[in-house]
Amino acid sequence: MTGLSLTTIGLGHYLALSAALMLIGTVGVLTRRNVVVILMSVELILNAVNINLIAFSKHLGQLHGQVFAIFVIAVAVAEAAVGLGILIALYRNKGTVNADEVDLLKW
Amino acid sequence: MVLAGAVLTVALRNAVHCAVALIVSLLGTAGLYLLLRAEFLFATQIILYIGGVMLLFLFVIMLINLDESRQERHFIKGWWLGVALAVGTGAIGLRWAVDKPWPGPAGDSSGATGGNTERLADLLFSEYLVPFEAISLLLLVAIVGSVLMARPKPSPGTGETPAKGVQA
Repeated sequence: MTGLSLTTIGLGHYLALSAALMLIGTVGVLTRRNVVVILMSVELILNAVNINLIAFSKHLGQLHGQVFAIFVIAVAVAEAAVGLGILIALYRNKGTVNADEVDLLKW
Repeated sequence: MVLAGAVLTVALRNAVHCAVALIVSLLGTAGLYLLLRAEFLFATQIILYIGGVMLLFLFVIMLINLDESRQERHFIKGWWLGVALAVGTGAIGLRWAVDKPWPGPAGDSSGATGGNTERLADLLFSEYLVPFEAISLLLLVAIVGSVLMARPKPSPGTGETPAKGVQA
């Protein structure tokens, strides 16, 4: 990361921040046991994507990136609603919210 | 602020604390949108994420009581493998993306009139009309699906039974 300037905030800074956010979200998805926290980490990843889209939208002087960010937000909301609905059904049937104790698909 | 909230979201043990840390991270992201001159998305982020999604998360956390899970392990057994995988791919992506000389501004939006929201609406309802309708259909399906899945299972004779996790 030698190209990052210390005085002005440019596209590279936003890209670096977004990559770090995505990395943290990925670590959360891969390592946590609680499904609620896994869903929160997915929200973090989607936010990283949004920062990327809007940074490029500013960089290129177009608004298309922001339109896509709106779509990403809508999909994230739908995903959260469906995921939490599944989670409630899962908790009612299995009595757990830990991802590694759910083995309904294992034979 | 964004990164600290994100790290705390992943690292904290109590799920409610994780949700509060995620709110901090989302607020920082909203501030970044403001810095990037995306005022409409700033408002959307505040209203939708912090008002809507986080409320949903907190409701679910309180609906399923997580008291019994507070003492046990919070990370899977092979957590170091997951961290190594994520850090490796992230480092590759960073090296690829950050130092790359991205092309400069191509559009001529400086001469466009109207505020951010107005221009965004123009674009959304002209060029992106079909995806807009598709996303509305998706949201409808998601609402119906989540209500169907979260509904208590009706017992054969006596109608619906209340959810097990609900503490009346």
